[in-house]
Amino acid sequence: MEKTHYIVALVEDRPGVMQRVSGLLRKRNFNIDSISVGATEIPGISRITMTVRGDRVVLEQVMKQLNKLIEVVKVSELNPKESVVRELALIKVSVKSADARAEVVQYANIFRGRIVDVAKRSMVVEITGDEDKVNAFIELMRSYGIKEIARTGKTIMARGTKTVAVREQ
Amino acid sequence: MRMTGAQAIVEALRREGVEVIFGIPGGASIPLYDVLYDSDIRHILTRHEQGAAHAADGYARALGRAGVCSATSGPGATNLTTGIATAYMDSSPVVAFTGQVATPFIGRDAFQETDVIGITMPITKHNFQIRSVAEIPEVIKKAFHIAQTGRPGPVLVDLPKDMQEGEAEVEFPEKVEIVGYKPTYEGHPRQVKAAARAILEASRPVILAGGGVIISGASQELRELAELIMAPVVTTLMGKGSFPESHPLALGVLGMHGRKAANYAVTDADLLIAIGTRFSDRSTGMVSCFAPEARVIHIDIDPAEIGKNVRADIPVVGDARRVLRQLIDVLREMLRRAKTEQWVEKVQRWKKEFNPRMDYDDVPLKPQRIIKEIMDFLGEDDIVTTEVGQCQMWAHHYLGRTKPRTFISSGGLGTMGFGFPAAMGAKVARPEAKVIDIAGDGSFLMNIQELATVVENEINVVVAVFDNRYLGMVRQWQELFYDRRYSAVGLGETPDFVRVAQAFGAFGTAVERPGEIRDALREAFDAGKPAVIDFLIDRECNIFPMVPPGRCLKDIIE
Repeated sequence: MEKTHYIVALVEDRPGVMQRVSGLLRKRNFNIDSISVGATEIPGISRITMTVRGDRVVLEQVMKQLNKLIEVVKVSELNPKESVVRELALIKVSVKSADARAEVVQYANIFRGRIVDVAKRSMVVEITGDEDKVNAFIELMRSYGIKEIARTGKTIMARGTKTVAVREQ
Repeated sequence: MRMTGAQAIVEALRREGVEVIFGIPGGASIPLYDVLYDSDIRHILTRHEQGAAHAADGYARALGRAGVCSATSGPGATNLTTGIATAYMDSSPVVAFTGQVATPFIGRDAFQETDVIGITMPITKHNFQIRSVAEIPEVIKKAFHIAQTGRPGPVLVDLPKDMQEGEAEVEFPEKVEIVGYKPTYEGHPRQVKAAARAILEASRPVILAGGGVIISGASQELRELAELIMAPVVTTLMGKGSFPESHPLALGVLGMHGRKAANYAVTDADLLIAIGTRFSDRSTGMVSCFAPEARVIHIDIDPAEIGKNVRADIPVVGDARRVLRQLIDVLREMLRRAKTEQWVEKVQRWKKEFNPRMDYDDVPLKPQRIIKEIMDFLGEDDIVTTEVGQCQMWAHHYLGRTKPRTFISSGGLGTMGFGFPAAMGAKVARPEAKVIDIAGDGSFLMNIQELATVVENEINVVVAVFDNRYLGMVRQWQELFYDRRYSAVGLGETPDFVRVAQAFGAFGTAVERPGEIRDALREAFDAGKPAVIDFLIDRECNIFPMVPPGRCLKDIIE
């Protein structure tokens, strides 16, 4: 059954490592929706989060092929139901009237967003959450006029004590 | 020790036991070549970098350890890529060095700059660009380690010119640790047991041996297993030579141009024991009807090959030799034998019935006859390389081999122009062996410039040109599937291969009649120099049998 899988890869932080990962996904014809990267608790190790569409066979291939990359240290699949999935979005919204401004602030509050920039005719809202929440907020903002959206892509962490850690050498 | 980067490179190569480098210098690798000038490492100057890469590959395949090639930046590096991709597809341990423009110039489109790291990422097992002189020994150690262990493959090291020239205090590590690289060699005991049980339950087992058997040196274990469980053995193109094709249990090669007996056996099998193979489409035919009745045991060192093309019921990840040893031990403990007599009798009948005819007396020559004469002429330790296309498939189908590393062919990438430089590399690796390249006229022309290299360096290989003045395999497909519309496959009248050979200082002779083949081979191998034999063959001779593309192995046609 085709579905979206959350894959986390811990990689050595070397020049070109993102290209190796993204190049591999392209060359093997895998479909990715989102890919993001950032530092971890271990110096020199970065964490790449990607969401891949496909059935179990595709998922297994993606993970095995990623594991073959020399600079990939560990690959895990996380179940989003047992994890915290978050994405951050910055949304620049037109606010042409005082009413509009007040409404946007209200919506941002309801969504636990933050107003991070205010100008005469626009505001920037920062919103964090899972994909549905971010999408819902963006939909609400459309009626005001969205000037720009920047999204980080998804990142994920398992709930409880389970970790995606580099095994001890 | 304080030394220059170039000195560190050569010292690291020496410590890796590198005896020979195939390559061409250029602006960005002059510092390296200046140090090589005083080194004991033999450098063989090829006439094209593609030749250098294939030669290193042929060397590696003949010997089972890393072959080394070198090129300058830019065009030198891009010329290597076909050879690197060839080695990658066939899991061959090639270590390639490329010059690069000096670090401050990288990214500025400097003269002869190319992003060889980006270009070769998808066709290497790994690649490195040197970022400091001090890291050179460790990087080279890692490069050789990665290339030669686990599932082998090419590794490229890019050497910016200032890294070759700069000086630093360097240390040469004895060992390297790579956090994300830990190949599995030992099979999981539970999987091995499951495989053993499946073997004992089977009544129609077939062993499918791939290139992994040769790479891991598992021929002895393979033979032991086959004889222990009385299972017929088929091989892929890459696995040719892993099991003696003269053995009573050998059914020969399978696949698109395989032996009928092999294809039928796999189709009828109730158990397929696949060892060190990635189930290439050329081996399996249409996957949905490949081994339709069989449970599949898949033994491979690369976990990503399990389930990639063909489902595996019992996967065993590990090195072929070690896993087979484990399997044999477990089977011996079980003290029970599967009943395969009837099955073996059945496949033997196929084998006899479909044994190909080779003793043609026709003029122009039939390729079968030439292959037969070459087979009779060679000893079992001698080496056959092939180009790609009909010539390759004739060799694949007809030319029996009995020992590993004596049949060298570009299986995965199917690189025309591979066989001749690979023969050169194989001959350098095993100078005592006779080495012959089974070539087509189209393929040979793709790297014919290496005649200069073999003549200058007295690397006495023989090229047997199966000369039909066609890109024969494409012509065959056009004949069979495109209504004989021979689009862009005629090669015309040129060149005269005999005179080309002679112009390079090699021995050249043409053969038109079957009675002359043996003498020509003797003359060529006794010439005291490289030789080219131009066999004028039946121009429209096809390679049969054949499984049409997209069909099942059992639908093999004559």
